[in-house]
Amino acid sequence: MTGAEILIECLRREGVKVMFGYPGGAVLPIFDKLYDADIKFILTRHEQAAAHAADGYARATGKVGVCIATSGPGATNLTTGIATAYMDSIPLVAITGQVKTFLIGNDAFQEADVTGVTRPITKHNYLVKKTEDLARIIREAFYIASTGRPGPVLIDIPVDVQQKDVEFIWPKEINIRGYKPTLFGHPGQIKKAAKLIAQAKRPIIYAGGGVISAGAHQELKALAEKIRAPVTMTLMGLGGFPGEHELSLGMLGMHGTAYANHAIMEADLIIACGARFDDRVTGRLDAFAPHAKIIHIDIDPASISKNVKVDVPIVGDAKNILGQLIEEIKKLPDTRDWLKTIEQWKRRHPLTYKDKDDGKIKPQYVIEQLYYLTKGEAIIATEVGQNQMWAAQWYRYEYPRTFISSGGLGTMGFGFPASIGAKVGNPDRQVFDIAGDGSIQMNIQELATCVCNKINVKVIILNNGYLGMVRQWQELFYKKRYSHTCLYNPDFVKLAESYGAVGIRVVKKEEVCSALEKALSIDNTVFIDIHIDPEENVFPMVPAGEAINRMIGGMA
Amino acid sequence: MKHIISVLVENKPGVLARIAGLFSARGYNITSLAVSETLDSETSYMTMVVEAEDERVLEQIKKQLNKLIDVITVTDFTKREHVERELILVKVNCSTKDKEKLETVLRKFLGKLIQHKENIAIIEAVGEQEQIKNLLESLKPFGIRELVRTGRLAIAST
Repeated sequence: MTGAEILIECLRREGVKVMFGYPGGAVLPIFDKLYDADIKFILTRHEQAAAHAADGYARATGKVGVCIATSGPGATNLTTGIATAYMDSIPLVAITGQVKTFLIGNDAFQEADVTGVTRPITKHNYLVKKTEDLARIIREAFYIASTGRPGPVLIDIPVDVQQKDVEFIWPKEINIRGYKPTLFGHPGQIKKAAKLIAQAKRPIIYAGGGVISAGAHQELKALAEKIRAPVTMTLMGLGGFPGEHELSLGMLGMHGTAYANHAIMEADLIIACGARFDDRVTGRLDAFAPHAKIIHIDIDPASISKNVKVDVPIVGDAKNILGQLIEEIKKLPDTRDWLKTIEQWKRRHPLTYKDKDDGKIKPQYVIEQLYYLTKGEAIIATEVGQNQMWAAQWYRYEYPRTFISSGGLGTMGFGFPASIGAKVGNPDRQVFDIAGDGSIQMNIQELATCVCNKINVKVIILNNGYLGMVRQWQELFYKKRYSHTCLYNPDFVKLAESYGAVGIRVVKKEEVCSALEKALSIDNTVFIDIHIDPEENVFPMVPAGEAINRMIGGMA
Repeated sequence: MKHIISVLVENKPGVLARIAGLFSARGYNITSLAVSETLDSETSYMTMVVEAEDERVLEQIKKQLNKLIDVITVTDFTKREHVERELILVKVNCSTKDKEKLETVLRKFLGKLIQHKENIAIIEAVGEQEQIKNLLESLKPFGIRELVRTGRLAIAST
């Protein structure tokens, strides 16, 4: 078999049903085989979108996302998508073409040192020098991408390696001596954790994206209910615990709920699970959770005690460890007073916004209506900025893999292609991209991908004519000097129509619900261009570098 | 504080770049680095001296190294009984009449004269950091023209 045939056969054996990508000179042998392969191929209109779509597919389905691009610019265009997946630990296999092996290093046409460029933004990468190595490398790539702390793996395949004919040997087993992820928690550590939990008076569970990637949501719920501890989630953790649950405190951190931030600051025990104490969560580090002992469950030992010193580290898979912990806990803490205190915070400082009768549309109102209309059952992708934070705050995520957002890297332009991937992976679900007028224009060409492939995602553009989050910071911290944040925008309705999609413009509050309903009833991609109050801010907000309970705004 | 860390890695192209990239990306300091094959040609030892301001940074360096797929084991010699050596080559000024004096110094500090021509002596020395420091100190009066060193190597005692 040729290298290209081996690749297709390996993808089939890895269970790959869908690929996102863009052809080019250095991947022609592969595309020739894709022509009649039993793999659904989605041609995006930019390689960056192919990477984001594969990422969105992975986030929404839990499977490995696969994207492909040609050498040089094709590969470098993937890098933003790869870095996005890397920061959020998303399993991705990126395949790139490379110039012929004898040309490597010669500055050949469309040559770039892609393994060099992607080294710091991949979990691992390969330059395949011999066709004989291809099958093993593909197997390893899928294994590495999807196990341990998941992440993107890139395989760079020179044209002649794709062309050469060799015997196909599917490696029976994978043996990478430097890679042995820990699966179960150390029993001694589990005992210590159980003891701390039994002694706690004010415990809180702080859950991150690791809960979702490990599929540990049921165990998390069981633990929270067993020990009667409140649960707060990171942006990446949303959906890992039901948002409507009485023990849910919603999101914590810079734009988290006041009660979540108060609770973590007052807690005497933090049970961190699949979260990494990111600066957007902890605020000023030396003021963070001063009374708390910390149990930290994480698959990645390097995440433990990186930012915050931990009392009981437990390395392993979150699902396994939470299961072990639930079994180990015999004595339960009494949290009744603690939950009462939290209830008071919830009543005193609810998440809120001022909805005046001035006809202006509040973005929070839009998200709330979307929540009611979809009964919390939709998959919501977001761009980055205010739109992302409103989507995180005002939609209640009941299930894992329903909130799809670039948390770590904060990539504008992520949401639309990611929603395409999510919809391809879940054709029967409603999929929305909540966008801003800035972000949507970073990958707007994907309207063509949607229309051509009948991928009916609905894009809500919260259009305020600004790069809203940057404008908000300029308003609050840069004396309202709105340097280059005011946008001139196209007519999004006509733009959608020109691609063969549907555009709906909403300028009045009373039109919001009917527009959303209409969009849901249309069997096509829809842009819903909602002109919101242009200077609405995301509150509460913890200014960068402040303690996490020093919030401004948004409190009743 | 300086620590010797020995990293057993896959002997593959790009591995050194991965390690170097890790150090630069995360802002860790590397003082010296020695790389060579082990008995098994498929693996290499990278013996490095790293600078870490505290235990937390040292732990992070070790954990991040361990995360690399091509890293097989990471050994920290800080709290482990070990033997360490460094090899240096030094070029010093030395006229024929000074040769006797130089040889006395070398005998005292375990240096070895390996070449002497045109008033230039090349000296080799292997030793622990203290020995090497003392030798270099005593060679200063001759005038050191050039110095190359391997960086520290270490091996566990048992």
